Amino acid sequence: MKRMIKTGADKAAGLASNLASGAAGAAGAAWDTARHRMVGDDQAAAARWLVVTIACPPERLTRPAGLPEPIERLQREAEVEVRVQPAPGDRGTELGVRLSRPRADGAPTGIPSNIAARLSGNDPRQRLRTALRDAKSLIETGEVLRPDTPPTTRPTITGKVMELATKRAGGEGRL
Amino acid sequence: MKAVTWQGTNHLTVENVPDPRILNEQDAIVKVGLTATCGSDLHLLGGYVPAMRAGDVIGHEFLGEIVEVGPRVREHKVGDRVVVTSFISCGRCWYCQHDEWSLCDNSNTNPGIAQAMWGYETGGVFGYSHAMGGFKGSHAEYVRVPFADYGAFKVPDDVDDQSAVFASDAAPTGWMGADLGGVSPGDVVAVWGAGGVGQMAARAAALLGAEQVIVIDRIPERLEQARRYASAETIDYTATDVGAELRERTGGRGPDVCIEAVGLEAHSPGPEYAYDQVKQQLRMHSDRPTAVREAIMACRKGGSVFILGVFGGVVDKFPLGALMNKGLTVRGAQQHGQRYAPMLLDRIAKGELDTRHLVTHELPLDQAPEAYQMFKNKDDGCVRAVFRP
Repeated sequence: MKRMIKTGADKAAGLASNLASGAAGAAGAAWDTARHRMVGDDQAAAARWLVVTIACPPERLTRPAGLPEPIERLQREAEVEVRVQPAPGDRGTELGVRLSRPRADGAPTGIPSNIAARLSGNDPRQRLRTALRDAKSLIETGEVLRPDTPPTTRPTITGKVMELATKRAGGEGRL
Repeated sequence: MKAVTWQGTNHLTVENVPDPRILNEQDAIVKVGLTATCGSDLHLLGGYVPAMRAGDVIGHEFLGEIVEVGPRVREHKVGDRVVVTSFISCGRCWYCQHDEWSLCDNSNTNPGIAQAMWGYETGGVFGYSHAMGGFKGSHAEYVRVPFADYGAFKVPDDVDDQSAVFASDAAPTGWMGADLGGVSPGDVVAVWGAGGVGQMAARAAALLGAEQVIVIDRIPERLEQARRYASAETIDYTATDVGAELRERTGGRGPDVCIEAVGLEAHSPGPEYAYDQVKQQLRMHSDRPTAVREAIMACRKGGSVFILGVFGGVVDKFPLGALMNKGLTVRGAQQHGQRYAPMLLDRIAKGELDTRHLVTHELPLDQAPEAYQMFKNKDDGCVRAVFRP
């Protein structure tokens, strides 16, 4: 460390800010879960199609062996259903995946178990989201962008919270 | 290598960090030649942008020399002098194909964080939080540039570094505000903020045919630059009633297009500023939208408001009634730099767009923490400090 500019007041504000920032992803997932459970039942949520729209014609995905590797792997390793249909206008092709037997595959029910599963990486839908995003990127760009590494040079407590959020970020979100 | 890192609110350090390396086949490594401070960095320093992590390398407006390319980089080779747009974009998703590059579907490696905050994620950005991908920034000796064929642009030989660096962010951001704000010949355009982006928006409005351009700020040297380099009229908001002044100068109609280039730490005289500050510091709202409110109220009936300043979350006392009842069109965006960079470099080369004057201080990377204090406080006439690593 060579230089720094920091006051005592800044440090206090910084800690508050870091805590707020670090918790953002995890809290966001929790809030998202809680909010949506108020208006929909668990069974419906667990059985919902997760969908991405890919900038390619439907034939790219419906031809023999046309499904990208992340989706094929998902089919081998889990009981999932796959749906391909054209998107309206010039928007490409919709690729959807859902768990065939959500309860049997471990999809959590209830707000506490749902939040816990998502934070611990044990919600099976996280794998589906990651596979869909990877499939889309592979078809559109030929690769999946990797994050810069190492993520930081200074481990902190709030940084650990952010690390958890970034670990889950590929399998989370509103997909 | 040496890099400027964010360690917490108002706490920057210069550290030795690992050199970047090629991680994807479409990456390039750029040896940074010049990297600029940006007003939006101040939101990081202020602790207003969530998802920062101690040790993050900041900086997102830069140029340099390509020193390594991945095997699938086609458009660039080692030795190219390039300016790199702040947003990382794949070039092939629906959004990139429709010239909305900052909305790229494939360049944010942490989509779940941004989706929890905003519903959908933006593309990735250099040095601007883990909500936007967690990519290392450009205030460093080297930087990894993903999708280099789409985000790096060769700089014409006759354009110097200090001019070209702003084709990375300030110039395309400002141009986008005028372009997507719908500026057309004969318009009256008002721009809130006379920093680099505001000045670029004002100049863009004039080049797109605006008949009258009015820039609003409180910093004398910035207002002077707006008059000199953007041929704009100016208003010092600490010396007059901005709304009344705009009505008087626009025949009572109000500006046709209002461009907000201030962002979430807006200042204003009077009790509104104190109210916004208290609520922001208590985290009861995340952003101070003073200039947005003023732009919406000042805009003519049926006019257009474009929000260029960076905002992160939710605001209080947003004049939704004025927006709806006056029939306004309100848009905002992070910059679609790839859409404008080649045209802007061409205009800079032809002398149509001045950018070099924005560089008021050029310093070594070691002095970045002090430079940001100067930039934040607008000391010594600082408009933009740039670093030469």
